[in-house]
Amino acid sequence: MTPQTEAELADIIAGASGPLRIQGGGTRPIGRSEGETLSTTKMRGITLYEPGALTIVAKAGTPVAEIEAKLAKENQRLAFEPMDHRGLLGTKGEPTIGGVVAGNISGPRRISVGACRDFALGVRFVDGSGTIIKNGGRVMKNVTGYDLVKLMCGSYGTLGVLTEVALKVLPNVEATGCVLLHGLNDTQAIAAMSAALGSPFEATGAAHFPKSMHGDPVTMIRIEGFEKSVAYRADKLRDLLKSFGEATIQIGETDDGYGSEKGWAWVRDVSAFADQPGDVWRISAKPSDAAALAARLDADAVQYDWGGGLIWARMPEGVDAREKLTTFDGHATLVRGSADVPAFHPEPAPLAAITQGLRAKFDPRGILNPGLMT
Amino acid sequence: MEMPAPSASVLSRKDRIVDRLRTVLPHDAVISDISETRAYECDALTAYRCPPLCAVLPANTQEVAAVLKICHEMGVPVVPRGSGTSLAGGALPTADSVILGVAKMNQVIETNYDDRYIKVQTGRTNLSVSGAVESNGFFYAPDPSSQLACAIAGNIAMNSGGAHCLKYGVTTNNLMGVTMVTMDGQIVEIGGAHLDAGGLDLLGLICGSEGQLGVVTEATLRILHKPEGARPVLMGYNSAEVAGQVVSDIIKAGILPVAIEYMDEMLIGVCEEFSGAGYPKCEALLIVEVEGSDAEIDEQLSLIKEIAGKHNPVELREAQSADEAARIWAGRKAAFSAIGKISDYMCLDGTIPVSALPHVLKRIGEMSKEFGLDVGNVFHAGDGNMHPLILYDANKPGDLEICEEFGAEILKLCVEVGGCLTGEHGVGIEKRDLMNVQFDPADLEAQMAVKDVFDPAWLLNAAKVFPLETSQSRRAA
Repeated sequence: MTPQTEAELADIIAGASGPLRIQGGGTRPIGRSEGETLSTTKMRGITLYEPGALTIVAKAGTPVAEIEAKLAKENQRLAFEPMDHRGLLGTKGEPTIGGVVAGNISGPRRISVGACRDFALGVRFVDGSGTIIKNGGRVMKNVTGYDLVKLMCGSYGTLGVLTEVALKVLPNVEATGCVLLHGLNDTQAIAAMSAALGSPFEATGAAHFPKSMHGDPVTMIRIEGFEKSVAYRADKLRDLLKSFGEATIQIGETDDGYGSEKGWAWVRDVSAFADQPGDVWRISAKPSDAAALAARLDADAVQYDWGGGLIWARMPEGVDAREKLTTFDGHATLVRGSADVPAFHPEPAPLAAITQGLRAKFDPRGILNPGLMT
Repeated sequence: MEMPAPSASVLSRKDRIVDRLRTVLPHDAVISDISETRAYECDALTAYRCPPLCAVLPANTQEVAAVLKICHEMGVPVVPRGSGTSLAGGALPTADSVILGVAKMNQVIETNYDDRYIKVQTGRTNLSVSGAVESNGFFYAPDPSSQLACAIAGNIAMNSGGAHCLKYGVTTNNLMGVTMVTMDGQIVEIGGAHLDAGGLDLLGLICGSEGQLGVVTEATLRILHKPEGARPVLMGYNSAEVAGQVVSDIIKAGILPVAIEYMDEMLIGVCEEFSGAGYPKCEALLIVEVEGSDAEIDEQLSLIKEIAGKHNPVELREAQSADEAARIWAGRKAAFSAIGKISDYMCLDGTIPVSALPHVLKRIGEMSKEFGLDVGNVFHAGDGNMHPLILYDANKPGDLEICEEFGAEILKLCVEVGGCLTGEHGVGIEKRDLMNVQFDPADLEAQMAVKDVFDPAWLLNAAKVFPLETSQSRRAA
């Protein structure tokens, strides 16, 4: 089913007799849900864009690419840098902005500017009873009533089907630079990234590859801004990180592809695991715990983003990473794989009870992506 | 502002309730004498007062849980209180309520510079969070004007902002985890030292829920290293419209200042008088601040000055020294005190799309004449968060009512142009009855359904946020 309007969508949900599988572009099939497919792709279009107010409003089915193209014309961007899952998951189709918000999809810049949820200003959605609800708005500062925008962001369509989202955007940057450290082990690399992120030089990305695209360990620290400023900060970071070895600095596009936009898209999209076999786990952790956690996984390959706060692990099929991690400060999501475990991290009992309570209110018949997040 | 009638049953059981609370708290942590409960009769919305049944000052999460458990069992309403600096009446008691103050809980639990967070008890003041990490070069970014006094608990409840949130975001963007006690006394942990708590974003839901979903006792907050330096530039224009255009042009040019503050003619005069900041006489004043090394600041400011210069400023002045920078800010930061010295006032907090600025300022000017009350405007222009200050005379019968009516009209205007009722102060009781202007019944029903999950009996700060008639059936249940 592909409704063209919010009203039509509301009618479909109100009249639904069984479970619905909610889908945007269908490029991020994370977790399992059954039911008749309900797609938002025909509700599309940018409804408002005010570059001077740093805001864009679009219907949920609007392709991300359409939004990014529109923003680029005004030299602006989605600063939370949403990951494109198509390579990693082998999916086709057009990622939609509704899918990005529903999954709280962010990229490497999450560590400095925030996640998708931090840029989501407003939503319209249809709940499991077919009621149209709005929350938030189109202005950057808004504390009027409860923040259901954040509740919807990352709820994977289980509380309601998004029909429209308002997002804060940011100016594009003049230059991008990358400070590269070579040959560090995971613990050293995370310490180096922590030093960079804890400095005044505003790193906007910090990733570590125990095995880079060239086979050696490489640690990437990104700086963005005006050209002179990027050069200055890169130098400062190199000095700051001296104890971790001699850093190389790359500004703009380069041959080996680390410092460039392409290099960071490679980090963002976890391209290193794209054509490799096995399950892929995404683990959010306290950065200083990350190296030890990764060691416990006994993974085929790992890579770190967010200064160590995000571990991507490629594991043999069917292995439960949570069992190996045991209890830790964070959570693990099975992004790709067929292991017979829930895709999303089970919650502690008191939180699970709250979550169940919220689901019962927003989707009393349990028809929206049932079982997806539990 | 109407408040629900207190429960006769609760009032009649006061002694028993107080006795039971004393079984779980030290004697001096339960305040029941009417001469002492007066201290809790209002917050910074001082026009409304009501002494509570009693006040309790627990010292840790377990004591908070014990208090809430008793209140839950005995059906007693609870009003959580941080430092009592709410301008919206968020901590206003009802006569049948127990005030739960977190003031005693002000300890730093952990600081971690590698992972860039601090964990504190929520009674700690905003400024002293930064104070705890300052010697290591770090700070906590959200900086509400009341930061010297306001508690993190209240910041979380209201999702407080500040002057620098254009770059650093508001409380919700800097909150990583909480320990919270629900009304039935259960302790829950959400999030922590990692990013993006798993499952539904309950952290985002709790932040800004005005103390209606639970009492947050501990918080993990993101800390950042301070920038190398910061410098403001001051610019004056003889038209609000032009000033608005300058703000928009700066943002469109790809520069993201940490703060863009706007003051109108009245505020410029009052603040200049009060603090001698050296402001020019003009219709609109902008203070734009950027951060970085000296060279980086020079580069950004030269771009900003180039844009500002194109619009015929009355004055365009970059701070030449730390002292001058401090004076430029001193005037702005003193705005509320300066107005307070000349008159009683009500401070509004609506947000509008930046593009609507000239229209809204013009309409406020017209309404000022219609209502016969003066109004000054000071606000965070980068994000459209306005703070119109309406002057009135508290001793003149009827003046407060006219002021409130005027304020309501301004907020309706904010919603009409695509904005909202409150950008950073919260709804509380102040904007409670205007919620229907911004939201349809279904929108409010969805929000109230959330409260049903966390606090089914509607005992926690229940007379706030939602229009009384809208929440009536739930509160009475």
